[in-house]
Amino acid sequence: MSGNPDSTPLVRLPSRLRGIRWRGAVSVIAFFALWHFAVIVEFSGFAELPTPIQTLTAFFADYIANPDYWSSWVVSFERVFYGFIIAQILGIPLGLLFGTSPKFRDLFFPVFELLRPIPPLAWVPISILFWPTNESSIVFITFVGAFFVIVINIYDGVGSIKNEHIWLARSLGASRMSIFRRIMLPSVIPSIAVGMTLGIAITWNVVIAAEMIASDSGLGRMTWEGYVSSTPEVVLIGMISIGLAGYLSSLIVDWVERRMMPWTETG
Amino acid sequence: MSNTATDINQTTEQTGVGHLSVQHVGKVYDPGGANVVALDDCSLEIPAGEFIAVVGPSGCGKSTLLNIMAGFDSLTSGSVLLDDEPLATLNGSLQPGPDRVVVFQNGALFPWKTVLQNVVYGLLVQKQMSEQAANEKGMDLLARTGNLDRIAHSYPGQLSSGMQRRVEILRALINNPKILLLDEPFRAMDTVSKTTMHRHLLDIYDQYHKTVFFITHDLDEAIFLADTVVVMTTRPGTIKLRLDVDLPRPRTRETVLSERFLELKQQAVSAVHEEAKKAFERGERELA
Amino acid sequence: MNSVVKNSPAGLKGHIQIHDLAKRYRDKDGNPVNVIENCSVDFPPGMLNVVMGQSGCGKSTLAYLLAGYMKPDQGYIELDGRRIGNPGSDRIMVFQETALWPWMTVTENVIFGPLVRNEISRAEAKIKAEELLERFGLIDFKDKYPNQLSGGMKRRAEIAQALINSPDVMILDEPFRGLDVMTRELLQEYYLQLFEETRLTTLFITSELEEALFLADRIYVMEEAPNNIREVIEIDLPRPRTIEVTTTRRYLELKQKMMEFLYAGIDEPI
Repeated sequence: MSGNPDSTPLVRLPSRLRGIRWRGAVSVIAFFALWHFAVIVEFSGFAELPTPIQTLTAFFADYIANPDYWSSWVVSFERVFYGFIIAQILGIPLGLLFGTSPKFRDLFFPVFELLRPIPPLAWVPISILFWPTNESSIVFITFVGAFFVIVINIYDGVGSIKNEHIWLARSLGASRMSIFRRIMLPSVIPSIAVGMTLGIAITWNVVIAAEMIASDSGLGRMTWEGYVSSTPEVVLIGMISIGLAGYLSSLIVDWVERRMMPWTETG
Repeated sequence: MSNTATDINQTTEQTGVGHLSVQHVGKVYDPGGANVVALDDCSLEIPAGEFIAVVGPSGCGKSTLLNIMAGFDSLTSGSVLLDDEPLATLNGSLQPGPDRVVVFQNGALFPWKTVLQNVVYGLLVQKQMSEQAANEKGMDLLARTGNLDRIAHSYPGQLSSGMQRRVEILRALINNPKILLLDEPFRAMDTVSKTTMHRHLLDIYDQYHKTVFFITHDLDEAIFLADTVVVMTTRPGTIKLRLDVDLPRPRTRETVLSERFLELKQQAVSAVHEEAKKAFERGERELA
Repeated sequence: MNSVVKNSPAGLKGHIQIHDLAKRYRDKDGNPVNVIENCSVDFPPGMLNVVMGQSGCGKSTLAYLLAGYMKPDQGYIELDGRRIGNPGSDRIMVFQETALWPWMTVTENVIFGPLVRNEISRAEAKIKAEELLERFGLIDFKDKYPNQLSGGMKRRAEIAQALINSPDVMILDEPFRGLDVMTRELLQEYYLQLFEETRLTTLFITSELEEALFLADRIYVMEEAPNNIREVIEIDLPRPRTIEVTTTRRYLELKQKMMEFLYAGIDEPI
């Protein structure tokens, strides 16, 4: 509350600058400064790490203009993209079937539930054995990551459709097909969105680890190779790149979700 | 100087305590530069021991005024004096205190404490007396006010909401506050439970004669309980109308059907309704 | 308004007759619980019938049975002499929670009924919708989504959404619950004006006594089975009504009388 006596600042900054979040900025700078300092004084494990400056230098020297680096990005992104899309294509209808057909659910849901608890990474060895190419085995892992999440969310979404939404449509004379197309499907879109948001995060987690284990390309592989070759700057560059890539992906997914649900923008 | 050392048994008529003076109070919020004037030049004199009810459309600032009096919020202009001492100041340096305790709309009893433990909470927190002495005082107050000593060791969850409200009021009262502030305390109750609570509240008022500042939306309730009904305007909130409720006490069921009650209600209804319409239309315009 | 709501005083529609109705649920342990039992009631047409009662007395169930969302276990309901079955546009319900479809604009919500029944063209439906929205003060919001409307506006939109279908009966299940007191009173006045113009038979459920008194021609007091309809009280306050009616002696007398009916003999429980 603006009237709160505790919020009276010690130094009154000009109003233009007051908008910048000084406290946050200071703590970020302090974080980097502490890291730098810890490396320099070789404080325990920090002795093995590069300083922020070293990392940045390495990046600008060997990576930013290096086509191999950017193709790692592309390769990882492709794996995420394919796995994610296939998961939506197969997962959405399956979720709808589970939600709307009791017979279908009784038949197939137990099998689904049997497989769901297996973490995606646990699928890696069998995926390598099963699929002919390395690439397809990795895409399968990202698919698994997103698939179960989307199915469960849609199944849940169908179950949470408000009775009143359906009842009103029935009172107004809508046929079953009309109700499915115009009421049920749109009702379920928010659940699809949730499934997508969760799914994209899981696919990134999964692709990095899968690459470390089973591939010779991609951002995960690059990070791993940095470790193996004792160049920790590469490890850090890899981590930061992966973080950025994941963040970018979720921005894209958010954008898609907003387009899917124009009615949630408050006017 | 704290008034809490005196006994709850001393009524305000003896001590003349609890005179509230609201002088040209204003409250402006400044969220991101857009001035929101919640209160504008509110002035009100409340003599010691008077029961005042405040009504008005939603968003008119009545809760803001109560919060300023209670010390949960600060004012941006004017002043509030309690017994000629400043109660709320511009820099908001005065904190909430036991001399003006608040009872809110939603039950705020501590569910993990018994009724007695709840009632004596304030006394123990202020470290005025030993636990034993506090418990004795608590039991005494409970017994004297509707024989509530029989539920002293029950937990709030075991009580009806009406009972819980009564306990809350006693929890406030035991601190011997100068004024009792009630913010729509019976709002969530059905009409009949409310009527029962009115009787209980008026019994307490007759017994202890504290100054009471009572916010409500229910006009029947306001006129039935109070000596004065104040109607506030919609935002920016100021005093629109002050009605002198010259109905005899004790108030009974027949009071509600008297000519005078009807007259007062008519005046109140038309004032509130006028403000409500303005607020409503403005609210919808703001949304478009 | 006249084009969408029937208002012939002579042949008033919406006569509801409930014959010996019963409805059972199964509780958590699977035991059958009678929510409605041996219930027979007559709701005359052209009246604003208010149903009151504590929670669990079956008032919402009665509404759902009337609307056709549930089938009775025994007995039947007649509307203007015909037995009712599945949900239909002759009796439309406004629920406690808004049922406006959030992915459709206000206009699309309102025209849904006539379009889905293939009664009129889209263009004609839009014209009718705009007439209603104009009347309800929502014309500036016709292309907005429901989540851009306040609570009171959503309710008005839902009433418009129902009325465009010219129902014989409106069922409102605590429609103004959860709204602030000010909005509530103004919506009550709104609905009253509507009712008094058209005499559209209404079944209005509420737990607020003042709301009931303000709106009703009759108040039906319900309680738990087996004695579902305990009392029917005539509310002889004059029409047309405005908020000033709450300051008349007759209103205050009726209020006290109703409190006695509703809570006869209840001691303050611990």
